[in-house]
Amino acid sequence: MKKVLSLLMVMVMVVASCFALTGCGNEAVSEDLMIGFIFLHDENSTYDKNFIDAALAAKEALGLSDEQVLMKTNIPETAECYEAAADLVDAGCDIVFADSFGHEDFIIQAAKEFPEVVFCHATGTKAHTEDLPNYYNAFASIYEGRYLVGYAAGLKLNEMIEAGKITADQAKMGYVGAYPYAEVKSGYTSFFLGARAACPSATMEVKFTNSWFDIAAEKETANALIADGCVLISQHADSEGAPKACEEAGVPNVAYNLDTRDWGPNTALISSKINWQPYFEHIITATAEGTAITQDFCGGLEEGVVMTLGLNDKVAAEGTEAKLEEIKAKLIAGEIKVFDTATFTVDGKALDSYMADVDSDAAFTGDTEVVADGYFHESEYRSAPYFDIDIDGITIK
Amino acid sequence: MQTNVKHTKEPLITITSRGRDSMPMKKAWGVRAIAIILAFILCAVVIVMVTGYNPLKVYAELFKGSFGSSRKIWNMLQELSMLLCISLAVTPAFKMKFWNIGAEGQTLMGGLAAAACMIYFGEKLPPIVFFPLMLVACVVAGLVWGIVPAYFKAKFNTNETLFTLMMNYVAVQLTSFCIVFWENPKDSNTVGVINRATQSGWLPELFGQKYLLNILIVALITVGMYIYLKYSKHGYEISVVGESENTARYVGINVKKVILRTMAISGALCGIAGLLLVSGTDHTINRDIVGGMGFTAIMVSWLAKFNPVVMSLTSFLIVFLERGAGEIATKFQLNESMSDILTGIILFFIIGCEFFIQYKVNFRKKNKEENV
Repeated sequence: MKKVLSLLMVMVMVVASCFALTGCGNEAVSEDLMIGFIFLHDENSTYDKNFIDAALAAKEALGLSDEQVLMKTNIPETAECYEAAADLVDAGCDIVFADSFGHEDFIIQAAKEFPEVVFCHATGTKAHTEDLPNYYNAFASIYEGRYLVGYAAGLKLNEMIEAGKITADQAKMGYVGAYPYAEVKSGYTSFFLGARAACPSATMEVKFTNSWFDIAAEKETANALIADGCVLISQHADSEGAPKACEEAGVPNVAYNLDTRDWGPNTALISSKINWQPYFEHIITATAEGTAITQDFCGGLEEGVVMTLGLNDKVAAEGTEAKLEEIKAKLIAGEIKVFDTATFTVDGKALDSYMADVDSDAAFTGDTEVVADGYFHESEYRSAPYFDIDIDGITIK
Repeated sequence: MQTNVKHTKEPLITITSRGRDSMPMKKAWGVRAIAIILAFILCAVVIVMVTGYNPLKVYAELFKGSFGSSRKIWNMLQELSMLLCISLAVTPAFKMKFWNIGAEGQTLMGGLAAAACMIYFGEKLPPIVFFPLMLVACVVAGLVWGIVPAYFKAKFNTNETLFTLMMNYVAVQLTSFCIVFWENPKDSNTVGVINRATQSGWLPELFGQKYLLNILIVALITVGMYIYLKYSKHGYEISVVGESENTARYVGINVKKVILRTMAISGALCGIAGLLLVSGTDHTINRDIVGGMGFTAIMVSWLAKFNPVVMSLTSFLIVFLERGAGEIATKFQLNESMSDILTGIILFFIIGCEFFIQYKVNFRKKNKEENV
């Protein structure tokens, strides 16, 4: 019996080594550039779908073949991430990209081990402190996109007030946040400031689900906010939970990452998202041509990295599209600053100084003054957001 | 009328247990081989129908997932040993028919203890003090998570399935709670790699292979568990309690003591698995670090009929299929659901064939009937 088993194992090994050899053969033939992607979940998560769609669009736009693009989905934030990166390098990838915050340490580990390969990581914070020649961070000034969709939400509130559906002081919005962290706080604060720029009486209530992806919790939280008197809902979490809850309750919803009109044909108002396609094209062409990659890339409205999408004429107030174009032009020109300290207060006082923890250290000490020239300089000292202040007008529950 | 029919006519198919008259070993392995071949044929049909890819190419990728490069072989061995370690841990409990579905939480608690030791003492204590301390902490953490449901079962006859399951959720929430304190950088909800610069508190590499120590430790546990279950008095008591508690009582076995002792061992081994995961593999802690292995381990254990040596084969099978599935998804840009379907079909056949090994299917014999 044991003989049969050992014979079987030997056969398995022989066959396996044959496959391994053919693998090397292919690699030698192909002289083309290869890029490998590491995703936390698969396309069932709107967060990862946004990256996957952009990767496929970049592949299409640059005319890459199927063999040149490898994707690993459902890679957790553990040593498996490092192993996935190393495996992509073994497969011949010249660039490895990872999409989740918790991947960062493992990608840095791989970057140190494989100096000849380019490693890019979205939402990370350590590229400018590690200062490796082959490790890069990327994010976007998504707060500008949030401001724009917030403005659209404010216009909708105005329309509801004018139609007599609500009074001016009932203009309360609800926000389903994932975690009470800078990325989320920066997002909902810019959304709120956009809305208040259009509708001065707007207020907002925020609830957290403590998860990036939890369909049931997001739905429940949206329902709780609606029950609390919120007349418009937005969210920063990755599932269809909140949009669907809004559709059932008939409450307008502002989404993130994708056009949600399929989930809420009668309530989806507009979405904002980061379009990663320009970034992917940047890293691929730069690697192919041997030119420099931005160490800490922060795309904005102008490059089309930050964008709004899925404006629903059925839901949005009249004239929203034209108004957003106008605001967008002003944001690009720098005439409007999202975190203009004249537009908000903290504990009743104007904000005139804030030390942000830009270079993350063990003690989390603020190291950089980020308020100057009358506004909070978000995403300027590093791409990942660091606005984490609770401003007046937003209640957190 | 009906009774008459029953008397004269046997049912078309009768299923009888083979009982002691079990199928010879060679024939049993033959049945298993046929099952695997049939599974692959059915998978091929599904692959062609759904994706249009050449199934042989898909199978080649399935193989590459575990054997494509020396790195993949090491990773496969590492994953195999982690799954095997947890499977070994649940085995004594299941052999005793104690439905411990809390291995996920017990392992997570072990991992949490390891992370706590690494964070608080990793850089302060010399390795000779640190590693025994961490081992004790992990064993105690896993043991407590295992023995609490066992105590309630022994004392109040509570339902251990629900109890151990709920302990998983407690462990997950406790982990989330600790992450809030340990998160690095702030506001990230991740702990990051613990002691990244100094690597203190990490299990050392052996001969330049970072997973070799894990693999050797699990190999030792496998041999130990084999001897414990097969040759020790404890092992015998476990099988007697598993077969019948009344019999065990009749022959003078202290059933409560056996339950407590066995679950303590089960939990402690899970704690060690947690140590290997956190200190030996991931060097970080998060809620998903065990990744469902605590549940997969149950399948591994049952498929191997609680034989630790056979379990190394069944856990190889599971890891091989999982890694192959991931490889297929990457290579063909398929959703992982497709590979999950294939894994499901293969497991269905493998588990299903055990039925034909355990039971005999008898068809009605025509000649005999005519004679009657």
